[in-house]
Amino acid sequence: MNESHLLSQDRIPGSEILLRSLLLEGVECIFGYPGGSILNFYDEIYKNNELRHYLARHEQGAIHAADGYARSTGKVGVCVVTSGPGATNLITGIATAHIDSVPLVIITGNVPLSMIGTDAFQEADIVGMTMPVTKHSYFVRDVNDIARTIREAFYIANTGRKGPVLVDIPKDVTVKEAIFVWPQTIHLPGYRAKSEIIKEQIDALLVALKKAKRPVLLAGAGVIHADASNELVELAEKSGIPVVTTFLGLGGFPSQHPHWVGMPGMHGSYAANMAIQQADLLIAVGARFDDRLTMNAAKFAPNAEIAHIDVDKAEIGKNIATTYPVIGDIKHVLNYALPKVTLSSTDNWLQTIAAWKASHPLRYVDSDEILKPQWVIELLHRTTKGEAIITTDVGQHQFWTAQYYPFTRPRSLISSGGMGTMGFGLPSAIGAQIANPDTLVISINGDGGIQMSSHELAVCAIHHIPVKVVVINNEVLGMVRQLQEVAFEERYSEIDLSGSPDFVKLAEAYGVKGLRATNKEEAEQAWQEALAIDGPVLVEFVVPSSENVYPVVPGGKALHEMMLGDDE
Amino acid sequence: MKHHHTVSILVNDHPGVLQRVSALFNRRGFNIDSITVGSSEQPGMSRMIIVTLGDDRIMHQVINQVEKLIDVVNIEILSEKPLVARELALIKVEAEPVKRPEIMTLAEAFRATIADVSPDSLVVQIVGDTEKIEAMIELLHPYGILEISRTGVTAIARGRHRL
Ligand SMILES: Cc1ncc(C[n+]2csc(CCOP(=O)(O)OP(=O)(O)O)c2C)c(N)n1
Repeated sequence: MNESHLLSQDRIPGSEILLRSLLLEGVECIFGYPGGSILNFYDEIYKNNELRHYLARHEQGAIHAADGYARSTGKVGVCVVTSGPGATNLITGIATAHIDSVPLVIITGNVPLSMIGTDAFQEADIVGMTMPVTKHSYFVRDVNDIARTIREAFYIANTGRKGPVLVDIPKDVTVKEAIFVWPQTIHLPGYRAKSEIIKEQIDALLVALKKAKRPVLLAGAGVIHADASNELVELAEKSGIPVVTTFLGLGGFPSQHPHWVGMPGMHGSYAANMAIQQADLLIAVGARFDDRLTMNAAKFAPNAEIAHIDVDKAEIGKNIATTYPVIGDIKHVLNYALPKVTLSSTDNWLQTIAAWKASHPLRYVDSDEILKPQWVIELLHRTTKGEAIITTDVGQHQFWTAQYYPFTRPRSLISSGGMGTMGFGLPSAIGAQIANPDTLVISINGDGGIQMSSHELAVCAIHHIPVKVVVINNEVLGMVRQLQEVAFEERYSEIDLSGSPDFVKLAEAYGVKGLRATNKEEAEQAWQEALAIDGPVLVEFVVPSSENVYPVVPGGKALHEMMLGDDE
Repeated sequence: MKHHHTVSILVNDHPGVLQRVSALFNRRGFNIDSITVGSSEQPGMSRMIIVTLGDDRIMHQVINQVEKLIDVVNIEILSEKPLVARELALIKVEAEPVKRPEIMTLAEAFRATIADVSPDSLVVQIVGDTEKIEAMIELLHPYGILEISRTGVTAIARGRHRL
């Protein structure tokens, strides 16, 4: 892109400084919703044709779309909204991005400086409210600070451990004029984006690795954030170590690879959970030992020494005591380690794991009369060869997706792991599809979660965004139903979703094609039709309410104490 | 094990830093006994001294989390090494003229000074570590303490070492 027209040192209003700064950061599209305090910036959008803006139907939809854009590309997602309710509607989305380390820059308008602190109309202290869920935030008081602030915000969002950065700008600051100066350097004393790798730490781990008889690599989302999947594959092959991937790490190591064991955790596979429990050396790579992964932390990996490779020093030893800490960018660490790694004699160990996989595969009781949700996910996989980008909402369908859609590439699973935010599935797919116009994007939702964001179907229809929206309709809040069945003796409290709208008609109301399937034959047909349609489609798969996700490790239990499921 | 910790933090002089730092301590259930902030030897940067009670292991986690804040330039647990820690207290004591000499003698013994005299009260100004100040307060109690205002602890490592 020719940037000279953007860089020229003209005297321009803050709103234009903001626009130019975004363009200079390479932003192609933003997601947002206008309102009084941000109107001057929206006037710039009106006048400019280099920046695409997508008008969501709710600010939460806008930020989840920016999130899907970021997760599917590794680029910073950008979201712009007005003050007060516009800003507060983002909070769930900011928390969702923060806990999953997603790089976002969020721009909020605010009331004029002179009115800040007076409880003015649509005033909200959004910087204060979001402090715990942002990587950093700025309140811009001076028009001369806008360009520098945007530059820093993008840098902070997408370096080190990534995360959302909020920039709050009072309306009058966007009106005032200043000479545009794009800062050439970034000065952030105290911000350590990249810490140097500490060779001694890696060498110590390599020594431990040589001695290990039953080593396991536990790969998390950090591998994907660091673009280190290839290095991870090389490490597994050179060393002979089997690999398990966390939920958000799925795709970071190819599932078809012979060294891939599966996903461990609450709904993990038998082999993956057993591998962790029997390992003598567990090397976590960009994984943060979330409680849904470790379950009972005191009984987690009881036979293993723990090694932990992470960019974020604060993660090391936080949940699980670590013998071999390795702090640094994962790609740098692996590149240093790779030439020194030798093949360990792990044949016996790999055979043990293979036997677990064979004796305890993932399984469900299929039916020829009714549609099983797991079968639906397998259908999606079979027909797309695992090459689609999948976004999910939150609930049982999310875990069935993790289990029955084997992911082969980084950034092909987009899901709210840390926050478990219902309503994420559809808008995140919109962002992912905009970022990847030539890739098939499928959004898998429950009938509960889709109703938290179904209004975003309008965006699909208007902009012809060809997301395939799948609704696994079990007429209940399935995940909650499962918990109530097991932990509350079938006292089903407020989980009934019958009486929800006709999803086919709902889609059609937005101008999106709607299809429904209630058995296997209809499902094959509807899905093939959906794939053939050049545009957005909603496909509802009607499934039974009573299906549970297995295996499941009950709360408080160790990973090997899983319940394996209904018997045939 | 729970201990008192004295933490020294060098921060950029930006709005909101105090809020960000204290929030991270609060989140992990650390009560902040005292917090002092003032300009440091480096232009544009302040030094914050926090005294807090909490579990040693979690303390190190909090330190790592605080260190991640963009506006935190440096952080160190001072109380893990020899340190100088001082606090200033202003203590307003009831003091009819007949009691004054007694109180002043007491103050002198602590190298405290009299910062204000009024017909029936005195303000004692004392500098020292926390124990010394507590001892002074204890001794002044019988005379009737009207008000106490303390700065909280500021501290620095002994020797040439710098943060
Ligand atoms: C915003 C939000 N509210 C509540 C929850 C708690 N929750 C987790 S899963 C779930 C049920 C989801 O039901 P549905 O969307 O129908 O999906 P299913 O589990 O049936 O696949 C609920 C209510 C949540 N994760 N997010």
